Amino acid sequence: MLKLGVPSKGRLMEKTFQWFGKRGVTLRKSGSDREYAGAVDGIDGVDLVLLSAGEIPRELAAGRIQLGVTGSDLVREKLANWESTVRQVTPMGFGGADLIIAVPTGWVDVDTVDDLDAVAAAFRATHGHRLRIATKYHRLVREFLAREGVADYALVDSQGATEGTIKNETAEAIADITSTGETLRANGLKVLSDGMIHASQATLFRSSRSGWTMAQRDTFRVLEHKLGL
Amino acid sequence: MNGRAIQAETDRLSACFAKAGAQTVYTDVLQPADTLLDLYGEDIRGRSYLTSDPALGEMVLRPDFTVPVVQMHMQSHANPARYTYAGRVFRKQDVNPGRATEFVQVGFEVMGGDDPAAAEAEVFATIRAALGDLPLRAATGDIGVLMAAVRGLRTTQARKDALMRHIWRPRRFRALLDRFGGRTPPPASRTALLALTDPLDGAPALAGVRTRAEIAARIASLREDAAAAPISASEIALLDVILDLRASAPQALGRLRDIAIDMPAIEPAVTRMHARLNALHLRGIDVDALEFEGSYGRTALEYYDGFVFGFYAAEGHQPPVATGGRYDALTARLGDTDVPAVGGVIRPDLVLAVRGHV
Repeated sequence: MLKLGVPSKGRLMEKTFQWFGKRGVTLRKSGSDREYAGAVDGIDGVDLVLLSAGEIPRELAAGRIQLGVTGSDLVREKLANWESTVRQVTPMGFGGADLIIAVPTGWVDVDTVDDLDAVAAAFRATHGHRLRIATKYHRLVREFLAREGVADYALVDSQGATEGTIKNETAEAIADITSTGETLRANGLKVLSDGMIHASQATLFRSSRSGWTMAQRDTFRVLEHKLGL
Repeated sequence: MNGRAIQAETDRLSACFAKAGAQTVYTDVLQPADTLLDLYGEDIRGRSYLTSDPALGEMVLRPDFTVPVVQMHMQSHANPARYTYAGRVFRKQDVNPGRATEFVQVGFEVMGGDDPAAAEAEVFATIRAALGDLPLRAATGDIGVLMAAVRGLRTTQARKDALMRHIWRPRRFRALLDRFGGRTPPPASRTALLALTDPLDGAPALAGVRTRAEIAARIASLREDAAAAPISASEIALLDVILDLRASAPQALGRLRDIAIDMPAIEPAVTRMHARLNALHLRGIDVDALEFEGSYGRTALEYYDGFVFGFYAAEGHQPPVATGGRYDALTARLGDTDVPAVGGVIRPDLVLAVRGHV
């Protein structure tokens, strides 16, 4: 069987079901609404596995599922050298969100990554510690800031309510996912104009085919055809 | 690789360094993370194995020996002091998954003393001798020359500080140089900000630790920067010659002396390089065969601030078999006084790998 991992709840699951449905492959939860078991109609040999979106990259990399739908940000964040372990099959055109860097709106002197870097130097000299950036996207943010040549900052882990960390004085800036920017504005934050780290969207990924059986390869070919890829 | 062979090579190298007069020191594998990470920053943090201890807080598997050895020295105050150590260090290898995540380093460090050129030559020659007749290419550089060139630029102190801070980040260094030289215009948002009489007038309320006074100070420094004349094209051209310099050490010295005529600020650093080459020659090093690169060491660990060197296998893209350099500024940050310090490490596993190919 070809195992297809799909986010187990929320809008991401619904949109994924719609996306496949429109292409003649019906995905649905089997049994009650609370059960994480799924069924697939319209193609043989595909198993639906409902998983947390955050676990799908790891399951793909480990080869425990062959196909998976998740955010392109999560694959880049959770897997080192993601391109060597999983392949992108197709972006799906929904679930769009940008990973950005935001600072307090009151920082009128800061608009660019270059400003942030200069402020980090002065901040460290004044306060005796590095300028803290709260995020849960450690790999993506660190890679971006290393590429940009930013110094004197430290990442602090924030797994939720990241916008609140500045008011709570546990961070000076944040790097987080936003789709409309509304939460940022409500918390008195603005986005750096050149601080776009990654434009994420829901994406269909597959594992490396080297471990696949002949039957899985055949099923994938049929599926590709059905999905119009 | 064969653990027993690595252990034997480690012992042999340690004996070489002990014979050269070094005292053997030991450090814990598990180190407090605070000092190390505050010093090294996120690049090393991303490559370190962190763990937390309920009583001791955040701990890290030793990413290198330099910091604990310097801390040890700062308490002993021996002068001059020679240390050797051997043990495993740990680095995640996200970017180069084929490389070892734990490997042995055998180190030799000289701290204190009053003849920096002699100490540099001693470290280089002792490491070269410990490597025996392995066919290795030696690359050298001198961050001190670069720093002197930046310090000598005819521009504001703020600009020099900004460039100095990014010597180890070539891309941002270049971006800053382009802007300070007037080759790229300031960002539009900055021009708009400075067009306001008082940018803080009616500014949104502040949240967090950074104060209004800090923002006002930054705006004042931006105004100062906007009013300053660009760094001259001829000075930038000289800096570029230094950065792009690749020659044998004696040829490089000649070129740098030439540059010092137009850029006298690098004179002391060039004199020091001359003294180093003499000291290396006295220790039997063939200085004509030494390569010198003006940018060497710029992408290594940030604490090197003078002479830097590395020994490389002729083929393949393995990491260097041995590396080292001067790190005076680091001692100043870890103690109350700065102590001249220079040292280097050898990787016994890579020595064996090269020997296997000979």
